[in-house]
Amino acid sequence: MREIEKTFQNLKKRNEGALIAYVAGGDPKPEYTPDIVEALIDGGADIIELGIPFSDPVADGPTIQAATVRALNAGTTPKMVLEMVSEVKDRHRVPITVLTYYNPVFRMGLEDFFKSASRCGVDGLVVPDLPIEEARDYKRVAEAYEIDTIFLAAPSTSTERLRKIVEHTSGFLYLVSVFGVTGTRKEVQELTVNLIRKALPFTTGKIPLAVGFGISKPEHVRTIITNEADGAIVGSRFVKIIEKNRENNDEMIEEIKKCAHELKKATIRNRSSE
Amino acid sequence: MRKLSLYPVGGKYGRYGGQFVPETLMAALSELEEAYERLREDPDFQKQLRYYLSEYAGRPTPLYYAENLTKKVGGAKIYLKREDLAHGGAHKINNTLGQALLAKSMGKRRVIAETGAGQHGVATAIACAALELKTEIYMGSEDMERQRLNVFRMRLLDAEVHRVESGSKTLKDSINEALRDWVTNVQTTYYLIGSVVGPHPYPVIVRDFQSVIGYELKEQITQKEGRLPDVLIACVGGGSNAMGTFYPFVDDKAVKMIGVEAAGCGIESGKHAASLYAGAEGVLHGMQTYVLQDEHGQIQTTHSISAGLDYPGVGPEHSFLKGIERAQYTVATDGEAVKAFLDLSKNEGIVPALEPSHALAYAVKIAQTMGRDQIIVVTLSGRGDKDVEVVAKYLGVKM
Ligand SMILES: Cc1ncc(COP(=O)(O)O)c(C=O)c1O
Repeated sequence: MREIEKTFQNLKKRNEGALIAYVAGGDPKPEYTPDIVEALIDGGADIIELGIPFSDPVADGPTIQAATVRALNAGTTPKMVLEMVSEVKDRHRVPITVLTYYNPVFRMGLEDFFKSASRCGVDGLVVPDLPIEEARDYKRVAEAYEIDTIFLAAPSTSTERLRKIVEHTSGFLYLVSVFGVTGTRKEVQELTVNLIRKALPFTTGKIPLAVGFGISKPEHVRTIITNEADGAIVGSRFVKIIEKNRENNDEMIEEIKKCAHELKKATIRNRSSE
Repeated sequence: MRKLSLYPVGGKYGRYGGQFVPETLMAALSELEEAYERLREDPDFQKQLRYYLSEYAGRPTPLYYAENLTKKVGGAKIYLKREDLAHGGAHKINNTLGQALLAKSMGKRRVIAETGAGQHGVATAIACAALELKTEIYMGSEDMERQRLNVFRMRLLDAEVHRVESGSKTLKDSINEALRDWVTNVQTTYYLIGSVVGPHPYPVIVRDFQSVIGYELKEQITQKEGRLPDVLIACVGGGSNAMGTFYPFVDDKAVKMIGVEAAGCGIESGKHAASLYAGAEGVLHGMQTYVLQDEHGQIQTTHSISAGLDYPGVGPEHSFLKGIERAQYTVATDGEAVKAFLDLSKNEGIVPALEPSHALAYAVKIAQTMGRDQIIVVTLSGRGDKDVEVVAKYLGVKM
C-alpha cells in the first residue's frame, strides 16, 4: 500500500478524517513555499496538495487565479514546484500530491515529468482537465513510477461513470462538491451532502473519498466528515491568507498554522472510544 | 472515395482533439454529442437551418471574380468567396445560427459565448435574438477597447457583455471565463463556441456548420470555370472559416489548401499568433493541438493587428491536416495585411476585415508566381467596417 492510502487508513483507525491542504507552489514567491507547507503540516494537515501554476486555470476561481499569477510572475516553473516537494520531503513524511493542469505535464513529456516527480518524492497527481478517457498513457507511466493518479468526480457525473472513475483513481477519489470553480463559499450545499451519499457505496472498502471546492471553514469540514467522507480538501482559504499577508512572512506562517489547526480539529469524529 | 476525416473517431483527428476538460463538463459534452449526432441527420433540423441561412442570413454568398485585382497582380485568377456579405458581416453567422438552433432544440434557454474581435459575439447575439434565446458574451477588456463598435452592436442586439480582466484580457481569456461560467451553469446553459476549437464535439459541429462555405464555392466555381480551383486560401485564427472552406475539398487532392496565420510584428519578434506555423503541440481549451507556449507549457500571449486571429491555439483538424500534409500553413504580418486591406478597398471597392486581409496578402504573393489559367479562391471571411479605426491608427491617420 502506498503512502496516501496508508495515511487514510491510519486516520480511520483514530476515527479522524483527513485534512488535505492546497496551496499554489511559488505563491507569493518560490522561496516561501517550503515554509508555508511546513506551517500547514505543523497545523495538522494530513496530506498536502501543491499546485503547479498554469497560465490558463479554467477550473479555478479568482482567488487561485490570482495566486497563479503571483507565482508565475515570481518565475515559478513546474520543475521548481517538484523541487519544493523534495525539500519538504527531506524533513517530513506527510504525503504530497501535485495539482497541475495537463499542458505543463504534456510539455515536459510524461516520462520526464513522472521521473522527476518520483525522484522528488511526489505521492500523487491531480489533473483537473484530464478525464479518464484521455488518461491512458498518463496512467501507464504514473503506475510505472508508483505515483497515484487521483481522478475527480463531479455533481454531473452519472453513476455509471462514477463506477469507472473509481476504477481508475488511486490514492483517493476527489469529489468536486459543487457546480462551479474553486473558491470559498458560505456553506456546504445540500447537493454536496447528497453527492457524498451517492458516491460512498462506490468507494467504501475500495478507495478513500475526499471532498473539495468551496470547503473553507471548520463547520464545512465537520459536515463533510460527519457525512462519512474520508477527507476534506481546503484550498482558497489558505490562499487568501497568503494573499493578505504576502508582505509579512511571519504573520502569514502563524495564521496558516492556526487555520490548519482549527480545520484539522474539525476532522476528528467523536472520541467516545477513548 | 473515403473522406479523410468524416467524423472524428473518439473525438480525435489522429492524435489531435479530444476532451481535456473538467469532469463537470463531461456529461454536458456527451449530451451535446448525442443531440448533435441525432440532429445532423434530421431532415427537419436541416430544413430549418437552410431556411435561416437563406431567408435570414442571405446565403448563398457570391463567388466574385476580382478582375481588377487579378489584372493588377498579373497571374492566377483571384476569386473571392464573399462571406463579408452574409448577415452580420462575417462567416460567423453560419455557425451561430446552426448552434443556436441546436441549443434551442436541446431545450437550453441561456446561451454564452466568447468573442475576440466581437464578430462571433455579434453573430451569436444576432442568432439568439432571432431565435429568442438569452445571450451573455465574454470579451477581454483589451478587445473591448479595440473593437468598441462591436461592443455597442452586441448591446443593441440585447446581449449582455461581460468584461474579462484576467490573463492577457483577449480571446483566450474570454474562452477561459466562458468555460468557468459553463462549469457553474452547465445544467441550464449552452456554450456556443465561435471556432473549430474546444473539446469534442465542438470542432466537428463548427466545421460542419461552416462547410456551407466550401460546398457553395465548389458548385459556384464549377459553374463559372467548369473545374475546381487550384488553390484555396483562408485565414486561420481558430480556423473555422478555413475549415469550412477546406473540408468539402479534402478528398480533391489536386486542390491545394493554404491557411494563413497572423505573423503580427514578424515571427522573429515573438509578437505573433501563428500557432501552426511557430507553435508546439500542447493541450489548451479542451483540445490537443498546436499551441503557442513557452518551454514550461505556459500559454503565451499573442499579438495580431486583427483581434480575430489573436489566439494561441488552433482547431485540432488543422493540426491533423498539417500533420498529413494535406494543407499548408503560412503567415502574413500586420503590415502585409494592412497593405492587402488597402489594395482590395482601392481596386475592388470591397473593404475586407483585417483577418481575411492576411489571406489576401498571401494570395497576391502567390498569384504572381502562377499562370493566368490558374485559379485561386480566397475566402473573404468578413467585411472591414469594424477595422477602419484600427487601420487609421496603424497608418497614423487622425479621423
Ligand atoms: C472576419 C473574421 N475572419 C476570421 C476570423 C477568425 O476566426 P476563424 O479562424 O475561426 O475563421 C474572425 C474571428 O473573429 C473574423 O471575425
